[in-house]
Amino acid sequence: MSALWSILAQVPPGGVISPAPEPVAPPGGPLPLPTPSVEWEALAPLIILMAGALLLLTITSLVKRKLHGFYAAYTIAVAVAAMVAVLPVWARVQGWPRLLWIDLTHDDGTGPFSTVGGAVGVDGFMLFVTVVICGAVIVGALLANDYLRREDLDGPELYVLMLLSAAGGVIMAMANDLIVLFLGLETLSIAVYVLAAMHRRRIQSQEAGLKYFVLGSFASAFFLYGIAMVFGATGSTNLIGIKDFMAEVVPVENGLLLLGLVFLLVGFGFKVAAVPFHAWSPDVYDGSPAPVVAYMAGAVKAAAFAGLARVFMVTFSNYANDWKPVIWALAILSMLGGAMLGAVQHNVKRILAYSSINNAGFILVAVAAADEVGVQAVLFYLAAYTFMVAGAFAVVTVVDRRGENRHELSDYRGLAHTNPVLALVFTIFLLAQAGVPFTAGFFAKFYAVTAAVNAGAWWLALVALLAAVVAAFLYLRIVAVMYMAGDEHGAVEVPAGPRIRVPVGGWLALAVCFVVTVGVGIVPSPLLDAAGEARPALVASPDAVTGPAAAASTGP
Amino acid sequence: MSYSDFVRQYLTVAIFGGLAVGMVGLILGVGRILRPDRPQEQKYITYESGVDPVGIGWSQSQIRYYVFALLFVIFDVEAVFIFPWATRLETYGVFGLVEMGIFIVILALGLVYAWRKNVLKWV
Repeated sequence: MSALWSILAQVPPGGVISPAPEPVAPPGGPLPLPTPSVEWEALAPLIILMAGALLLLTITSLVKRKLHGFYAAYTIAVAVAAMVAVLPVWARVQGWPRLLWIDLTHDDGTGPFSTVGGAVGVDGFMLFVTVVICGAVIVGALLANDYLRREDLDGPELYVLMLLSAAGGVIMAMANDLIVLFLGLETLSIAVYVLAAMHRRRIQSQEAGLKYFVLGSFASAFFLYGIAMVFGATGSTNLIGIKDFMAEVVPVENGLLLLGLVFLLVGFGFKVAAVPFHAWSPDVYDGSPAPVVAYMAGAVKAAAFAGLARVFMVTFSNYANDWKPVIWALAILSMLGGAMLGAVQHNVKRILAYSSINNAGFILVAVAAADEVGVQAVLFYLAAYTFMVAGAFAVVTVVDRRGENRHELSDYRGLAHTNPVLALVFTIFLLAQAGVPFTAGFFAKFYAVTAAVNAGAWWLALVALLAAVVAAFLYLRIVAVMYMAGDEHGAVEVPAGPRIRVPVGGWLALAVCFVVTVGVGIVPSPLLDAAGEARPALVASPDAVTGPAAAASTGP
Repeated sequence: MSYSDFVRQYLTVAIFGGLAVGMVGLILGVGRILRPDRPQEQKYITYESGVDPVGIGWSQSQIRYYVFALLFVIFDVEAVFIFPWATRLETYGVFGLVEMGIFIVILALGLVYAWRKNVLKWV
């Protein structure tokens, strides 16, 4: 055997292969492993969400009694606590000297930083997305409380999964390493797969969960393969390491890297439901419980776009000329495809699903700008869209009543006569998604298109405007049905259904979404400024223990 | 290492794969030539520990086993991570101890949940 080894190692027979010198252990024992330093207070929002979910699961499994109403209140408290925990970190990242009465002068300076050995980046971008996701959790929990009791499904599971998936979304937003990004993506996705199948007695819900799971796993595999290829091309999975590598080395053949980027885009494209990776979204939106969709439509999109922005707009910005055309194609297909396919639907949930595909196209327009204005537009859009879509699905939750099968357009006929306020609020949410002035949706679309024009893609802006006009038909169709008494041919007078009783949680959720949608529509500057200050940053870790950046820069 | 060298390394994988396929083909082929061939009806029956098979192979199994399979995964994953960790515990120090403690507690919470949901009872 040793002869074989010596032949393989190409040393003369009898030659001695000297073993690599073992690291000498100090007399006290083996070498301690250097562990990365962790800035716990910067991770507080994430830890609050995770620990909150686990605590809720433990409490509720030890207390046998059903605690109606407690689950939702607890979830909202956790989400608010996570939002509050964001504040001091935001102040530190932005370099504020003090927050209220608390002195914030840090020993290790201000500004964005990275922690856990460079695997996690703490910057305004990540904090902004965290707040958006927590907002989606709050609205989702408000709706879920009444929904679950109405459907006799009340229990802590939905809330636990919602908090866990929110934690996954936060990990995605803060990930400075492709592996951590994947970890966040899976934490987010697996919880959402189960959420989609949460309605145990509704066969469509089971189907939605299974469909989302199978297609989502497939997309995750693409994503993972993309990570492997990017690692093969750059020698690092750390975004800082990749950026450093690309700053120093210009590879002659970059086919591997480009292929990796394409696979990463497939993974992201699936999560944000961009055409042609959108096929799951109408079925899943239709089948999943409406409160879950209210949460998912905002939070999953926000997390996925956060990852997309950090990887493509920040890390691979010098490859923008290569990936921009792909984003253009995805944006145009999503905007036009969403608007046109939605126009032939008769189910309100499906129409809203296509509308969300259409909106993903608009966000992609901002992504294609690939500069700071683009990031600002993406963040503004995500924040505004989360509340518009949550509001729309809040109305859907209330209207479908027990059994969750009143989603046809005809079920909304005459809503303006039985529930004028509900119909008016729904109209505003729909018009906001269409981009009508004095709503948040107008400014969201305006800034996205402006970012595209600034980046020189004026023709993309033209297509976006055209798509907005086509998409307006989707929303006006629902509005028309609500305000008109006759059927679609206008001939027969159809009696309106009974008046719908809106529960308190529903009103609260609607109020939150309404205030944000209209408030931002009238005074957009605070949100816009916050989105502008929420700059993503790739800062190398001071204690690069794992040293991916160092390893990559001295690489091939 | 240049890019084409990197790709060329995969040649080893291809050779290894070809060798594997060829070897299996060779062994099966030799067996086919050498062995006697006397087909009988009984030889085609599925062998079930000496018991005659009953019913078809696609029969349904108890849904209860599924829960136990899931619970098994909890402990299996725990073991997969704990064994390598235990051999290097001294190197990881207090940090590693706390980390593994958190991991085990989270898994234990899952078990508590399953227990309180009466999953551990064989109904």
